[in-house]
Amino acid sequence: MWRFIGSRLLQAIPVLFIVIALTFFLVRFAPGGPFSTEKAVVPEVKRALEAQYHLDQPLLVQFGSYLSDLARGDFGPSFKYPGRSVNELIAAGIPATAELGFYALIVAVVLGMTAGIVAALSPNTWRDYLPMSSAMIGICMPTFLLGPLLVLIFGLWLEWTPVSGWGEVPGDKILPSLTLGAAYAAYVARLTRSGLLEVLSQDYIRTARAKGLPNFIIVFKHALRGSLIPVVAFLGPAFAGLLSGSFVVETIFQVPGLGRFFVQAAFNRDYTLILGSTVFFAVLIVVFNLLSDVLAAWLNPRLRSGLGDRS
Amino acid sequence: MISIRTLLLISLVILTACSGGERRVPQGIKDGILHIGNGTEPQGVDPHTTTGIPEHRIQQALFEGLVGQDPKTLEPIPGVAERWDVSPDGRTYRFYLRHNAKWSNGDSLTAEDFRWTWWRGLQPALGNEYAYMMYPVKNAEAYATGKLTDFSQVGVRVVDPYTLEIELNAPTPYFMQLLDHQSMYPLPRKIIEKFGSPTDRFSLWTRPENIVSNGPFKLTEWKLYKRVTVEKNPYYWDAANVKLNGIVFYPTENTVTEERLFRSQQLHVTSSIPLDKISRYRQERPDELRINPYLGSYYLLINTTRPGLNDARVRRALAMAIDRESLIKNVLSNVNFPAYTLTPPGTGGYQPPTLLKFDPEGARKLLAEAGYPNGKGLPNVEILYNTNEAHRKIAVAIQQMWKANLNIDTTMLNQEWKVYLDNRDTLNYSVARAAWIGDYLDPDTFLNMFITGGGNNDTGWSNAEYDDLILRKIPAMKTHEERMAGFYQAETILLQEMPIIPIYIYSTKYLIHPSVKGMPANLLDHYLFKQVSLEPDT
Repeated sequence: MWRFIGSRLLQAIPVLFIVIALTFFLVRFAPGGPFSTEKAVVPEVKRALEAQYHLDQPLLVQFGSYLSDLARGDFGPSFKYPGRSVNELIAAGIPATAELGFYALIVAVVLGMTAGIVAALSPNTWRDYLPMSSAMIGICMPTFLLGPLLVLIFGLWLEWTPVSGWGEVPGDKILPSLTLGAAYAAYVARLTRSGLLEVLSQDYIRTARAKGLPNFIIVFKHALRGSLIPVVAFLGPAFAGLLSGSFVVETIFQVPGLGRFFVQAAFNRDYTLILGSTVFFAVLIVVFNLLSDVLAAWLNPRLRSGLGDRS
Repeated sequence: MISIRTLLLISLVILTACSGGERRVPQGIKDGILHIGNGTEPQGVDPHTTTGIPEHRIQQALFEGLVGQDPKTLEPIPGVAERWDVSPDGRTYRFYLRHNAKWSNGDSLTAEDFRWTWWRGLQPALGNEYAYMMYPVKNAEAYATGKLTDFSQVGVRVVDPYTLEIELNAPTPYFMQLLDHQSMYPLPRKIIEKFGSPTDRFSLWTRPENIVSNGPFKLTEWKLYKRVTVEKNPYYWDAANVKLNGIVFYPTENTVTEERLFRSQQLHVTSSIPLDKISRYRQERPDELRINPYLGSYYLLINTTRPGLNDARVRRALAMAIDRESLIKNVLSNVNFPAYTLTPPGTGGYQPPTLLKFDPEGARKLLAEAGYPNGKGLPNVEILYNTNEAHRKIAVAIQQMWKANLNIDTTMLNQEWKVYLDNRDTLNYSVARAAWIGDYLDPDTFLNMFITGGGNNDTGWSNAEYDDLILRKIPAMKTHEERMAGFYQAETILLQEMPIIPIYIYSTKYLIHPSVKGMPANLLDHYLFKQVSLEPDT
């Protein structure tokens, strides 16, 4: 098992290197720099600023020193916020992103499982078709469409919820969580439905029915547990997706999380912050994918023994 | 598996109870704490490394210059200096500092603190974008650009610990205003040097636990993306007259949310208001809505090096074919003021020439004279703007007016901010939107942009007579009347040549709770927080 984890981590190194190199050079070739502002900056001042951030050195030297800083876990200073390090800015953005991801996960599980159970209990009736076609729409609809749509309906027409913000007015966390969680809820619904249908046709369920147990107990006490394995396996990568994929939602709803500052950093040409967030997200995805693989292996005895053979 | 129901319940509770809390406005009135929407997350509070308005607001609370500005009239009022003399030739200022001026750690504030701060502000290595505010001071520009390395030749002299003498290049009537600019505020040498080199932009000296300041308030808390809190500074020389106990600044980038926060009694003052909410406030709560002229101009830059646009008659025709009144009424919710000159009328007592007006007939004639009758043959004009809904609407309206009045086909191009700036800078556009907010109440802050090769000229336009007026003749003028006549002459040239097309004059628009007193509107949108108080409705 340890060898498996070790080899996966080694594989991650070239991936991260390519991500860093691509981002590093791409942002520098984008027009405009961190110090171009509407008020023209005197050439002397501009030169001094570039010198302070080592932008006057050859690009490859800059890249080299960035990598060596990175190896020490130092993302460098922000260009936009003097006196702030990128590490600090990222750390400040994590709580909102993590909170949003967590609520979205709750939305995904609660909505998804409810819909899946309802559908599985009456297969091929309207109670199946309705949630399942909604789920299909949920999977297909991108968040940048669903978000504004929800805002339009619940924020502007019905005026039930705030249109944006995070933790500023009551209820402003509802729409972002729903928007982000919806696509995942749809997956969970489909997984739950198929899992539950499969389990419901098993012999032990028939035994339970024969014993005259009420339907409620059969479903919730006996069937559901078995049908949840695929859902659980799905939740690992889902959480990684929720954290890293939240920047669209954060931008729509102005959530002060990592994703939004990632986008703003790009607009500000805050080179170090762009790179720092990219690397951070890349690491996050690598780690969560690895975790879910480990989890899947641990859940699945066949895979587990396979790993054991190799080690 | 009842856990599903529990989970549902928990999530509902979390989602509904996760935010909100106390209403800050009544609580703030009780505690003397002002809650204010401050636009974006401030870059920092070091006046030498930041330039924005949200930063400036906080700096105004934390620091005080030699002189301040009356929030109503913007006339100079005593600050750290209790009085001052000006030499008869208007080039030498002598400031007498009050002996009881102190830093927020109790240390005395002396003339040397100002000298050192300005030395720092002019260090080429620091990269202070506002260094030019000090350029009226003798040799300051030469020092800041590295042409002079001996700071003792710069016109700042400490006569004794409480007397500071400043020598200027030329009499500069607006110099007293510059002293209230954030880049001229005194900074604590001891603290800055404790946390690194004075020219280090990455220094931690501005962190709440480190910073020392000399203004009515001191920084006590800075939570990224949440709030910046300042509390009354007990060592401030006029602390007895500071009415507020503290101010909390919130980053409120989203004006829709900000308005909601105001409505739910979470903010006393907002930084802005969404355009579509204005009419509702006008009708229902006019006393909470504040709309005032602001020292800013919105205009179109014209690339005078492009064929067609290199003809002043074409440029004037374009300017005359825009119906500004209609634009403001139909596109801008009637909150701005039509501009027929670059400098807003009334800037420091200046009345600009009235040369430009909406005149489609005259515009068509000019265009025909230039060789493009009925717009025929004019190379394509493209309006460049940075991606923004309001800019787009304005560009569309202008496009339609040019089509209707001049029969000119215009295309539109929106670009992301930095790309737009880059193209503006390299003259890679034909017509582009632009705006300028004046730094001080004097026409100079607008008109000096368009000197040949000026950093904000961005039009390729050059006029020797104009340069001569702005750079040499006006600075040598002795009386106010003479100067204003000089600016009138310069702006006349600008309007005849029309390298830029004035569109509208900015306005500040925001919401303010009736309990907030002592915060009058002014052209620079400056607040004097030491005079602000919160009084419950009686």
